[in-house]
Amino acid sequence: MRGHLGTRIAQIIPTLILVSILVFCLQQLMPGDPALVMAGEERGDPQVLAQIRAELWLDRSLPVQYLHWMGNVLQGNLGFSWRIRQPVAQLVLQKLPVTLQLGTMAFGIAVLIGVPAGIIAAVYRNRFLDYVANAVGLAGLSTPNFWLGIMLILLISVQLGWLPPSGYVPLTEDWRQSLATTIMPAFVLGNAIAAILMRHTRSAMLTSLDQDYVRTARAKGLREFVVVIRHALRNALIPVVTLGALELGTLFSGAVLTEQVFSIPGFGKMVVDAVFNRDYPVVQGVVLVTAFLYVMLNLLADVLYVVINPRLRAA
Amino acid sequence: MIRRLLLAAACVLTTALPASAQTLRIALRQDLDVLDPTLATTYVGRIVFAGLCDKLFDIDDKLNIVPQLATGYEWSDDRTLVINLRQGVKFHDGEPFDAAAVKYSLERHLTMQGSFRKSEISSIDHIEVVDPATVRVALKTPSGAFLAQLTDRSGMIYPPKATEAAGKDFALHPVCSGPFKFVERVPQDHVTLERFADYWDAKSIHFDRVVYQVFLDSSVRLANLKAGTSDITEFIAPTDVAAVKSDPKLKLVVSDALGYASINNNVGNGPRSNTPYGKNPLVRQAFDAAIDRAALVEVVFNGMYAPSVQPVSASSPFYDHALKPPPRDIDKAKALLKQAGVTLPVKLELLTPNQPDQLQAAEVLQSMVAEAGFELRIQAMEFASSLQAQTRGEYELYLIGWSGRVDVDGNTYQFLHTGQGNNAVGYSNPTVDKLLDEGRGLTDLPKRQAIYNQVWPELRRDLPITYLYNARNIVAMTAKLNGFRPIPDGMIRLQGLEMAK
Repeated sequence: MRGHLGTRIAQIIPTLILVSILVFCLQQLMPGDPALVMAGEERGDPQVLAQIRAELWLDRSLPVQYLHWMGNVLQGNLGFSWRIRQPVAQLVLQKLPVTLQLGTMAFGIAVLIGVPAGIIAAVYRNRFLDYVANAVGLAGLSTPNFWLGIMLILLISVQLGWLPPSGYVPLTEDWRQSLATTIMPAFVLGNAIAAILMRHTRSAMLTSLDQDYVRTARAKGLREFVVVIRHALRNALIPVVTLGALELGTLFSGAVLTEQVFSIPGFGKMVVDAVFNRDYPVVQGVVLVTAFLYVMLNLLADVLYVVINPRLRAA
Repeated sequence: MIRRLLLAAACVLTTALPASAQTLRIALRQDLDVLDPTLATTYVGRIVFAGLCDKLFDIDDKLNIVPQLATGYEWSDDRTLVINLRQGVKFHDGEPFDAAAVKYSLERHLTMQGSFRKSEISSIDHIEVVDPATVRVALKTPSGAFLAQLTDRSGMIYPPKATEAAGKDFALHPVCSGPFKFVERVPQDHVTLERFADYWDAKSIHFDRVVYQVFLDSSVRLANLKAGTSDITEFIAPTDVAAVKSDPKLKLVVSDALGYASINNNVGNGPRSNTPYGKNPLVRQAFDAAIDRAALVEVVFNGMYAPSVQPVSASSPFYDHALKPPPRDIDKAKALLKQAGVTLPVKLELLTPNQPDQLQAAEVLQSMVAEAGFELRIQAMEFASSLQAQTRGEYELYLIGWSGRVDVDGNTYQFLHTGQGNNAVGYSNPTVDKLLDEGRGLTDLPKRQAIYNQVWPELRRDLPITYLYNARNIVAMTAKLNGFRPIPDGMIRLQGLEMAK
């Protein structure tokens, strides 16, 4: 096991380097001259453009630009946002708690709805509750986030006036206000993932409920609840954990549409703004950080497998 | 039961909603760029500067230039501007405002690396401090447009000591002399300012804090206004106007803006201008005759904008009220095409940024000109890419807007004068060049008006740019907010704004 984890950790660095090179090359393929965008309505002056290119190293070759950037990253400097002239690291640190909070809440909601719904659907296979859970799950999957978001704003904020329609307040500043501003977007995000988790939990549970050890457990006279939760669910959780880690990683890389609708200043909004404004250092910084989060979450999933299934400890 | 539970939960969460009457919350349609007037380029950034940084001059609703940090000015000859300065003004850091600060700031705008103000005030030769309350600005050439530049970011004045000390980091904590001082900024989200106690015009300020909120989506902007989490929004979509009007808690203020929307015709920028449309003005005139500007504005913008064939709006003294948009005339369009001797249909490609209203406008145009014999293909492109395509001449027609400048020169010279960087249509007409040069060199208003009244007919004939409409500032706010003054530049001036009890 330790060896396995060691290999996974050693894979992180080449993965991140590969991601950074890929991002660097891909954004060169984007049409649209960063200098023209930076210059805004002052773009008519060729002197201004030349000056911007020189200042941002845009007049150097691609490998030189990359090495310059990578050199800084290795010294802990993610560079400066071209557009708002703030250090990228500072921007990332500003947005990270927002994205982590929203992602965690959304994931919490997804797990709280999705896993029990999946268990119930599997236990009551092909009966009324199963159909209800499936219908609700399908509705959750097929409802577009931005539509659900705007509907919730119109109903809960504008009509009923219960929750603020958008904006964000940090947890540290006022936790109630913070929850008030994030509960709707977290529900919108969590709702879609709950549906996915529900479907996977249901099919994994169906498989494990058919296994011999479940029959044995029942034959031993264990209560049905214990059979389902301790014996069947535990074995069904492996694929659910894998999927959960991937979904959580996606949540942490920012939820563009939902953040947009609820004006949550997280990663998604920042990276979209940065792409449209050709603010390359911000794009690179955010992608690097999210790639790191992704890798770490997958590592965490590996550890969880072992916790759930002791047989893997020997491997 | 569930309903009651939900309500209870919501109550717990909402009791802490910020509802303090002392805070003014202003919704912006876009995130701003760098918070340094020398380096900034965005429109919404200027709205924040209106709270943060006072300028030498301001404009009123008729576009007259009025004093702000200056108390008056005088041209001692056509190249020398003497500016008298307000006394007793302090910067946010306590430094006194004086002639030395004005000289320092203008020189920073002129010489700082990356300055976007350089080209606006490049006519400055040098600046002299006459005494602490007077500066003399010597220009290289006479300039009728110069004073108007000092009503915007080029006229914003910095405290020399604090600015020098901050160096490149000025934008992280900007210091000026406006009614509010900087507290914090969360990019993509908000900027917070708090009242500056020593403001020279403190009695006109009735809020303790101002929060500028960023809401990119127009329906989200409207929802916040309706829910009372924004007090005023600098712009709402024309299609949301009805929703504001029907809400008794809100009010709407509509006024002429400075900018315009147009089709930029590639008449001489690279090989793609070598089309009958690019080379023969008759074909462009036929296209123009086939457009119904009033219908376009009605369909796409609920009739909120003003159909126009001029690059300045009716608020400008240079607007020619006799030059009205011609009615749509398909017969004339067909006759012109016949006269031009082109084969029908005339195939054209219209480039447009992929924003919903622009696309809709493009589609309306497409069907209008089809009747005259044009086959218009629409190419929607993300904004930055479309801009680059225009600059490189990789387009035939480009549908785009210009936010507009106070002086007519800022809406014309750079787009129409031969060889200017923003002249991406590749237009070159010696008569127009001469007139534009003359117009920018004069300071006498009637003489200048006469000059520009000669420019408009030239543009109507050549049609390097087919002007479509002048935009309007559509500002919506809570009905309780009093004292809002609509000024064509669209800025929200905080002086005089007050919340009714």
